[in-house]
Amino acid sequence: MAKTFSRPKCLSEQETRYCPGCTHGIIHRLVAEAIDDLQISGRTVGIAPVGCAVLCYNYFTFDFQEAAHGRAPAMATGIKRVRPDLIVFTYQGDGDLASIGMGEIVHAANRGEKFTTVFVNNTVYGMTGGQMAPTTMPNQKTTTSPFGRNVEEVGMPIRVAELLASLATPAYISRQAAISPKYIVRAKKAIRQAFQYQVEKRCFSFVEVISTCPTNWGMTPADALKWAEKTMIPYYPLGDLKTPESVKEE
Amino acid sequence: MSKVLMKGNEAIGEAAIRAGCLNYFAYPITPQSEVAEYLSRRMPEVGGVFLQGESEVAVSYMIFGAAACGERVFTTSSSPGISLMSEGVSYIVGAQCPAVFVNIMRGGPGLGGILPSQADYLQATKGIGHGDCRLLVMVPASVQEAVEMVMMAFPLAEKYRNPVMILGDGLIGQMMEPVTFPDHLKTPPSNKNDWATNGMDTRKSKTRNLVKSLYLDPEALNAHNLRLKAKYDRMREEEIRYETYNTDTDYQILIVSYGTMSRVCQSAIDTLKAKKIEVALVRPQNVFPFPEQAVLEAASKSSCRHVLSVEMSMGQMIEDIQRSVQGKRPVHWYGKCGGDVPTPEEVMEAVEKLIPA
Repeated sequence: MAKTFSRPKCLSEQETRYCPGCTHGIIHRLVAEAIDDLQISGRTVGIAPVGCAVLCYNYFTFDFQEAAHGRAPAMATGIKRVRPDLIVFTYQGDGDLASIGMGEIVHAANRGEKFTTVFVNNTVYGMTGGQMAPTTMPNQKTTTSPFGRNVEEVGMPIRVAELLASLATPAYISRQAAISPKYIVRAKKAIRQAFQYQVEKRCFSFVEVISTCPTNWGMTPADALKWAEKTMIPYYPLGDLKTPESVKEE
Repeated sequence: MSKVLMKGNEAIGEAAIRAGCLNYFAYPITPQSEVAEYLSRRMPEVGGVFLQGESEVAVSYMIFGAAACGERVFTTSSSPGISLMSEGVSYIVGAQCPAVFVNIMRGGPGLGGILPSQADYLQATKGIGHGDCRLLVMVPASVQEAVEMVMMAFPLAEKYRNPVMILGDGLIGQMMEPVTFPDHLKTPPSNKNDWATNGMDTRKSKTRNLVKSLYLDPEALNAHNLRLKAKYDRMREEEIRYETYNTDTDYQILIVSYGTMSRVCQSAIDTLKAKKIEVALVRPQNVFPFPEQAVLEAASKSSCRHVLSVEMSMGQMIEDIQRSVQGKRPVHWYGKCGGDVPTPEEVMEAVEKLIPA
């Protein structure tokens, strides 16, 4: 019988250490499939964030650098400017990218740096134990918002994809989700498209992926998926927000 | 090559290109913005990379990313900007990547002022980043020496896989002096394929490289820090550089001073000689590693009664001098730290105060 499903070549055999129900493993696989599909692993450099995915280089088989908290887009800029032939991507969470690293991601996007960012939004700081992030939903309880996020005090969650899509520089900006098979199929297509734009040296490409954190949300994995669908998707709508083609049409 | 008259900041930029470094990332800050202005024109001429980053923090990571690919890369900044870069410097040290940082020092703390200073001595030599983190720190006393140190810094950074800092006072950046760019200091880049994340295809390898500073296992982190310490110890063995002046006399006073300040001290020493007062100078060219043995020997001469640290800071290098002299002679301080460079007369006055009437 023909083998129809196997591990992507550039995903290592190392078991992931993510919590049960975490979607990082799925998103890693989507990245690996895109890189395999485009046959670019030999010229790819990944950049690991600070957060749950800090050790993500253990799960891939190509070159990797490890960034400081939030600084991955600046590192990617450094690599891409001196080695434009390399394929570079950052893999960042919402504390990393939307809080401490907001300056770096906005300016890299605005310069039109030709790398790819995979932005995993699960509304909390996962690795440090579930603190409030800029993406935490209104009234959502976290270890630093024990009475729920009070938007009077800390404002509304930041929609990073919309914020980046508002920049005038051409880019590919998409928001997808890894919380059900139908969404994962679309997320796979978007991540592949993001790398494709980079291979073509077209533009900065960015895919936000709505994710879950059952451990820090205090839910079962199944309930976490339902909560993300019910609470996050209405506030963080899915789809392509911007493509380089759409900018030209304006 | 013939001599050209250049402003220090522009000469520093040109020296990096002549050393074979074609990658520069920076953020403007007085008194060294001319480096970025110069290289924004010059890098395109030589097919190099110039990028103005959004902050010094970001720039330090652009340097990290480029350095981790094994490419020669450098930045320039001034004191408050270096504070912002210090996070990235620590990561680059931890990840063992070569890079060159130039600090054209201005007054501090805080915004301080924009005039020349040497007040980042302790930051550069003892506290440049969190963790057990050291840089080789070179301190030029002229534009020519700045050029040579910049050119030497790249192979040294590669030798140690550690950043090198050129620590110049504001005058080094701002003054114009005749310079040459010695061809013999142009070196080929070292082999980087065994560690750099430059893509497996680039090095025709099936093994991936990883550039990182995280070691969660305590034994692994300790072993990592011992490897770094071995590099710092090797610097202490192999990178001691200094000059002496008037040490063949029966001097009563030994001055230790570096950078522009040491040139003022030389003028004071010449004038004092005419007044039959002999004073010697040890001028460190590197301040990490510090020339402890040279300072100890010079201070130990039987004619020498006092040691004087002359610095454009409020007694920072004096700690290294005291450590070197080991209590054998009293060590005094003279300096100014507002932006005015002490005059030879002021240095002479400080020396004469130490001599009994």
